[in-house]
Amino acid sequence: MRLIVTEVGKSFGGTPVLERCSLTVAEGELAAVLGPSGCGKTTLLRIVAGFERADAGSVTIGGREVTGLPPERRGVGIVPQEAALFPHLTVARNVGFGLPRGSRARIEECLELVGLAGLGRRMPHELSGGQQQRVALARALAPRPGVVLLDEPFNALDRSLRTSVRDEVRDALKRAGATAVLVTHDQEEALSMADSVAVMRQGRIVQKDTPVAVYSAPADLGVATFVGEAVVLKAFSSGDVASCALGELRLRGAGRGAGHVALRPEQLELREPGPEDRVLGRVERLEYFGHDAAVTVGLDTGDAVRVRTGGEVPHRPGDRVGVAVRGPVLFFPE
Amino acid sequence: MSPTQAPERPARPPRRALGRVPLVLLIPAALTALLALAPVAYLVVRAGEGGLDTAVRVLARPRTLELAVRSLGLAAVVTALCVIVGVSLAWLVVRTDLPGKRLFGALAALPLAVPSYVAAYTWVAAMPGVAGFGGAVLVLTLCSYPYVYLPVAAALTRMDPAMEEVAQSLGRSRFSVVLRQLRPSAAAGGLLVAMYVLAEFGAVSIMRFDVFTTQIYTSYRASFDRTPAAVLGLLLVLITLLIVAAEARTRGRAGYATRGNPARRPAVVRLRWKALALGWAGGVAALAVGFPLVSIGYWLVEGASARMRADLLGEAVTATLAVSAAGAALTTALAIPVGIIAARYRGRTATFLEQSTYVGHSLPGIVIALSLVFFAVRYAEPLYQRAPLLVIAYAVLFLPAAVGAVRASVLQSPPVLEEVARSLGRTPLQTVRQVTLPLAFPGVLAGAALVFLTAMKELPATLLLRPTGMDTLATRLWTETGSASYAAAAPYAALLMLFAAIPGFLLGRRSVEDDRI
Repeated sequence: MRLIVTEVGKSFGGTPVLERCSLTVAEGELAAVLGPSGCGKTTLLRIVAGFERADAGSVTIGGREVTGLPPERRGVGIVPQEAALFPHLTVARNVGFGLPRGSRARIEECLELVGLAGLGRRMPHELSGGQQQRVALARALAPRPGVVLLDEPFNALDRSLRTSVRDEVRDALKRAGATAVLVTHDQEEALSMADSVAVMRQGRIVQKDTPVAVYSAPADLGVATFVGEAVVLKAFSSGDVASCALGELRLRGAGRGAGHVALRPEQLELREPGPEDRVLGRVERLEYFGHDAAVTVGLDTGDAVRVRTGGEVPHRPGDRVGVAVRGPVLFFPE
Repeated sequence: MSPTQAPERPARPPRRALGRVPLVLLIPAALTALLALAPVAYLVVRAGEGGLDTAVRVLARPRTLELAVRSLGLAAVVTALCVIVGVSLAWLVVRTDLPGKRLFGALAALPLAVPSYVAAYTWVAAMPGVAGFGGAVLVLTLCSYPYVYLPVAAALTRMDPAMEEVAQSLGRSRFSVVLRQLRPSAAAGGLLVAMYVLAEFGAVSIMRFDVFTTQIYTSYRASFDRTPAAVLGLLLVLITLLIVAAEARTRGRAGYATRGNPARRPAVVRLRWKALALGWAGGVAALAVGFPLVSIGYWLVEGASARMRADLLGEAVTATLAVSAAGAALTTALAIPVGIIAARYRGRTATFLEQSTYVGHSLPGIVIALSLVFFAVRYAEPLYQRAPLLVIAYAVLFLPAAVGAVRASVLQSPPVLEEVARSLGRTPLQTVRQVTLPLAFPGVLAGAALVFLTAMKELPATLLLRPTGMDTLATRLWTETGSASYAAAAPYAALLMLFAAIPGFLLGRRSVEDDRI
């Protein structure tokens, strides 16, 4: 069902946590709320679930206003951070907790949905972390809630496990046709899983768009640096072109005057300095990650840029390099 | 875990669990708070009823001043001795190479399990001449020094040896640093001792040393006008509250001596006067634990040759079990809503509800019993001198323990489980019944058992409130000792010691199991 949060405000002991925060999630959409810790995303989720009372604003689910309703009358499913299965109940009874008695068929159906058919008689502690998280999802989906809220559900999982559990959760949500909100501070998770990403900052949603649009056309400099890495340089734009420490760069979109350009690290390329290179610098630092590496280059102008390269890095600290830019860059006026 | 290892957690708004306290918890908790507070509040009214001049007359009596001097003097001497015994034993056990220090460590905490009036009986029965100020000091010190020993030993164990080394490197003696750091925990323990001594009834009355509590009992029993008892009770409450406030203040500051868990253990001090130290630790253990056992054993054998009244013993056991079981059931039932609120909700209401149930912890049992008598006579006449009133008194007295147990066991499971239950359609009451309580059950049950065993030993409130003709183990022991029938009292003392040892035994076993994990 469609979720509409309208201008919700909330403060704790005089400190505002949410200010006129609005968010719309379409039926069947999986939206990620992405923001740094302390930005208010968990509070937003708790207000939608009914665990906190908003000071202002309203929450509507499927056209029904639920702002003043207690959690048990909202039809909101939640998947908490650490699964939080009831330790005293079997897996089947966990999944059936929100169902009327004798809903054995629905329990089986939901376990099958998350790929755990036949594990109903186990106790939660007999499952792996990833399995527990999927049971938590089945439990949330079982009563067919209007909205499912996932609160950083993959935090507690091992890195190696996270990707596969993410896929399974996404698939299950899509098969169930559920409207879902995933709260996370992990941009990779938000970009790879969600249909849309809502970027949250200081108690407000500052941009909500598809993952591609949020990455390639961020609403402001803050979003540009938070979603994905960015090299930010002071610049002056004359319309289509801005001049900065990396030379004259073509702009994506328009803007005039003083401001900043933002480049994605993969837009920068290092090479042996040649006569055609007008931007030169010296390699200052190498960070090797295996699948790729980051090279920090001190430009002759005094600025420093961080460049992503493939796993093989031919440069060493101290080497002279030329820096080239691929594709148009983002410009944000002051 | 050292502070450097602690994972950084994102800053979160304060967790208020489920926001406001739901009515299904709030209403019973408010009634419990009322039950705990109303009798004591009524004591003020009752003391005032006799007229202000009566109150002034009672307070101005030279006898009152004498009582105050005796009570406070006893408290001061016992507290000082407890600090000396507690700190010295803690230092010997934790920091030195005293032979058998593990055994002494275990023995040092044992006197907590001995009801002080049972200890008093064992001394008076063995040497009647000990009665009086000296006897009261002896018995109360031997029963109360663990209140100093335990926190000081804990502080000594956790103290970071680096601080002592720094002091030494700066040319100061290591002793000065240790003493300075122990001051908060020793002070907190000492104030607790003072509080218990002022509330003490059984031991001082067996030792025939007249203080506030015994005078309250006598003046309640003896005279038709009960106003003096109420006035004295209020005075005792005031003095106790001063000590409680002081204790709360030192507890707040005691934190600095015990911050963190240093990885290194402090160096062991080599004792020069080993024999003397052994004599001291062994002597305290012999007097506090050995002597009561030997004395009871002697009188049991002595009594077996005399005529033992098995019928009276059986009646007392039955009555004790019945009222204690009822007390434990009522206390636990009342404690559940308050304990859940204390564990899950913050804010002024939650704090007030929790603290109001601590009346029983701070106020002398005899005062609570007295206030319940007045309250019942005025508002619930049918309850007066009936078992239900005694059961209610147990509830008021032991609510702190039960609320603490419920609170701790509810805290064991994360509040998110309750939130999930709510989101799956459960009302607050259903959530309590289907999630909170089943998960907290073992802890709540342990709390109920503790209340049950504590109620079996209760003396002053039972003396005042028991139905005519009913005797518990404690009251029979008190009566028989009062008439110097030491052999007749022995079986009661033995049974009480046995029951008193159970929680210690269970707790000890549990901590051993914890070590294994």
